[in-house]
Amino acid sequence: MKPAIFTYRRPATLHEALKLLEETGDEGKVIAGGQSLVPMMNMRLARPEYLVDINDLDDLRYIHPFEEGIDIGSLTRHDELERSAILRRLCPIVPTAAHFIGHYAIRQRGTIGGSMAHADPAAELPLLAVLLDATLTIASLDNTRSQTAREFFLSMYTTDLQPNEILTAVRFPVIPPDSGWSFKEFSRRAGDFALVSAACTMQLNSSGSVEQLHLALGGADLIPISVDASIASFIGERPDARWRQAVAKAALNDLEPMSDVHASTQDRLDWLALTVDQVLTQSSLRANVEIGEQASHTPEEEKL
Amino acid sequence: MNEVPVTLWVNGQTYAVRVSPRKLLSDVIREDIGLTGTHVGCEHGVCGACTVWVDDRPTRSCLMFAIQAEGHAVTTIEALAQHGQLNVLQQALHEEHGLQCGFCTPGIVMTMEAYLHEHPNPTVDDIRDALSGNLCRCTGYQNIVAGVQKAARVFAQNSSGATSAAGNESTHLSEGGREYV
Ligand SMILES: Cc1cc2nc3c(=O)[nH]c(=O)nc-3n(C[C@H](O)[C@H](O)[C@H](O)COP(=O)(O)OP(=O)(O)OC[C@H]3O[C@@H](n4cnc5c(N)ncnc54)[C@H](O)[C@@H]3O)c2cc1C
Ligand code: FES
Ligand code: FES
Repeated sequence: MKPAIFTYRRPATLHEALKLLEETGDEGKVIAGGQSLVPMMNMRLARPEYLVDINDLDDLRYIHPFEEGIDIGSLTRHDELERSAILRRLCPIVPTAAHFIGHYAIRQRGTIGGSMAHADPAAELPLLAVLLDATLTIASLDNTRSQTAREFFLSMYTTDLQPNEILTAVRFPVIPPDSGWSFKEFSRRAGDFALVSAACTMQLNSSGSVEQLHLALGGADLIPISVDASIASFIGERPDARWRQAVAKAALNDLEPMSDVHASTQDRLDWLALTVDQVLTQSSLRANVEIGEQASHTPEEEKL
Repeated sequence: MNEVPVTLWVNGQTYAVRVSPRKLLSDVIREDIGLTGTHVGCEHGVCGACTVWVDDRPTRSCLMFAIQAEGHAVTTIEALAQHGQLNVLQQALHEEHGLQCGFCTPGIVMTMEAYLHEHPNPTVDDIRDALSGNLCRCTGYQNIVAGVQKAARVFAQNSSGATSAAGNESTHLSEGGREYV
């Protein structure tokens, strides 16, 4: 359980880090929080020759609100998401879900960028990125590009990131105050990776019918998936128990989650149906309801 | 083995060591610095026995290379008792019989000490949730929870400053309830 030998680099700027990645090519690997990479290195499932430590790049640690969204620097720690007053007001589903990432000590160190780049199919933040179709900013030495989360995740532990690139920011849209939202996950023990999860946002019109609906599922496929297309026909109806059941059925139609030592495909489908029902219920209860503890103002930006 | 000089600041003292960049912080603390209170169980972040503070944040020392800790303040279990006197949490765990073999205890103290400073009035559920990152194979956790509760009560009594909460808002979240089966 000891990692293989590597050469360590600790760049002071993003430019320097990108230059190093350019030079090291396929042999170089970024380390952020190390909460996924170091276990893999300890088990020798990963053996990078060069480790490029980006923890000194303080410019990548921020939470900035702007008109329609919130920009989060990739080095922002899960614990910082969990405590952020800005996020609680503008995109409360993020701090809520961040609490379920691993354990207290893991969240002090793990980063949002690392979570996206690692792309575990059961991870919380990638699920939210797909639900809200977050935009990712990706830098290389001579280019900066944006990509939507729905295009970023390719397969289990596989994203569109190239070895010479660094994910620099994740942009989430604001969840309007009259919009309902909910995140739920199902796991065997607190802190374990979720076996399945679901996240939802919902808006109701004045007569109580569903006007907007987004639903994403984790643990249902190799990557977190949006099932918006399968449930679009349910918009316009009232979100009662029968409606929720029908939505869950449509959402899970054609899905075949994996079967492994933790749970069978059928178990996962059953739990998904349960979690979908829960997030739809909670979202509909929250929709149109003023959120009680709104702060009187939102800080301009958060120093972390 | 490509050793490099590394300067570490542990419990307020400077240590200059020569280690390979691949050497884990946990191993350098134990083998090169000689502080064996930090225990190593799983080496992949699951058991919590190796938890130390890096810049006052609880951190898995098995998931960090010692070279990464250069320029940061590391605190280990050895720093908590002052003049041979257990601190409040240690004393409470002792009184409540919150340890048997003691293998998990340093990690539990380093985790829950930080947690209590940030969350001065935890519910039992909060305590269990925070403890989920520390495995204990002996106690069955009941007495650890009792010890942490006792420490929280003492903190609350001395609250004039003892609980220098880093975040001023309650981080108790009622959302996203986990299912236990
Ligand atoms: C016991 C335990 C339980 C956990 N439970 C959960 C859980 O329930 N849910 C969950 O989501 N996660 C969980 N994790 C993992 C944790 O969330 C990690 O923080 C996260 O997956 C990776 O973030 P990191 O910053 O630690 O990345 P690292 O481990 O440093 O890196 C992970 C990967 O991402 C790449 N990378 C990192 N940052 C960047 C960047 N900015 N640009 C490009 N590439 C980058 C690295 O090269 C590496 O390939 C758990 C970890 C442990 C040890
Ligand atoms: S040894 Fe570090 S968490 Fe188990
Ligand atoms: S007291 Fe033995 S492992 Fe906890």
